Amino acid sequence: MERLLNAMTVLSILLMLLVLFSVRRSHIRVEYSVSWLAASVILLVLSRSHSMLNWISDQLGLTSPPLALILLVACVFVVVIYRLSVVISDLKDANIAMAQRLAIVEFQLHSRNEER
Amino acid sequence: MKPSDSVNNFLILIPAFNESGAIADVVREVRQVAPTAPVLVVDDCSTDGTVRQAGSAGAEVLRLPYHLGLGGCVQAGYKLAFQLGYDYVIRVDGDGQHDPRYIPELLKVLQNTGCHMVIGSRFYQNNGVHTSAVRAVGIWIFRLVLRPILGQPVRDPTSGYVGVNREALQVFSGSFPLEYPEIEALVVLQRKRFRFQEVPCRMRPRKAGRSTITAVKSLYYIIHVLLGVFVNILKFEGGQKKE
Repeated sequence: MERLLNAMTVLSILLMLLVLFSVRRSHIRVEYSVSWLAASVILLVLSRSHSMLNWISDQLGLTSPPLALILLVACVFVVVIYRLSVVISDLKDANIAMAQRLAIVEFQLHSRNEER
Repeated sequence: MKPSDSVNNFLILIPAFNESGAIADVVREVRQVAPTAPVLVVDDCSTDGTVRQAGSAGAEVLRLPYHLGLGGCVQAGYKLAFQLGYDYVIRVDGDGQHDPRYIPELLKVLQNTGCHMVIGSRFYQNNGVHTSAVRAVGIWIFRLVLRPILGQPVRDPTSGYVGVNREALQVFSGSFPLEYPEIEALVVLQRKRFRFQEVPCRMRPRKAGRSTITAVKSLYYIIHVLLGVFVNILKFEGGQKKE
């Protein structure tokens, strides 16, 4: 169990560094980095706090605390991915509307130029 | 390209993507049948000579800046038609499958019955049916599912040969399904308590190009459309985004 928790700690630190590096390089916008940073902090805290992990596994009725950790990690990432799907859907809708509007404006400009 | 008068206030809309082999003939045929109607080809960022062919055949061309897919392409045409003040739009596919001789009949039904959408149906009187076995099974499933939802039978729910009036144009300008839009569009109309009617039409084999729905994609198509139908039923309209 200790080895798994250490691996999770390393993974969370790497994720945090990767996100911070990406924000610094402008690869991720700050508002979208928040979800990933929150996920990595949760992962870090849980992997370092045995008492909290034991308490959560007791509450969930799980005999194995690592299983509780994996379950929680999966839940956190599902939330992050869901949030990103919402963002992508909004962007796609906006992008399509903008492309259609651009095409219509170009069409109308072209028509007016021809009328002249 | 504004409507000429209140009688001939309709537009022919032809969505096209890489249809250089057929689009010129389609435009010419349409112009023979409806010489007073403006013909608008919406080019979904074709990489062949579709734009040039359509323009030389006498159509106006609305060029999309990148490939949006059929729904986004048709909706762009609906938006332009609505902004220009057209009362009716008849959509004809750019591959030559839709026989333009039925355009006057579709328009007449739209104008005389007051229904919001008219569908050119290849199954209404078993008129020259050209469809694959897989697609026929899909259509049978869609008919079964749509019957209770729409409150009336629809024989050819996948037909893209449709006409809409101004009220439906307004609705579709705001909300139109992006992928495989024909069936979901019916559900969108049903939510508004709009009426549709089918008109028997003869479909022809496509003149050029390939169908976007191959045999491999058919299963995905059926699942996608059924899911889209149920999502459209459950859709919360209060949350629609403004453009």
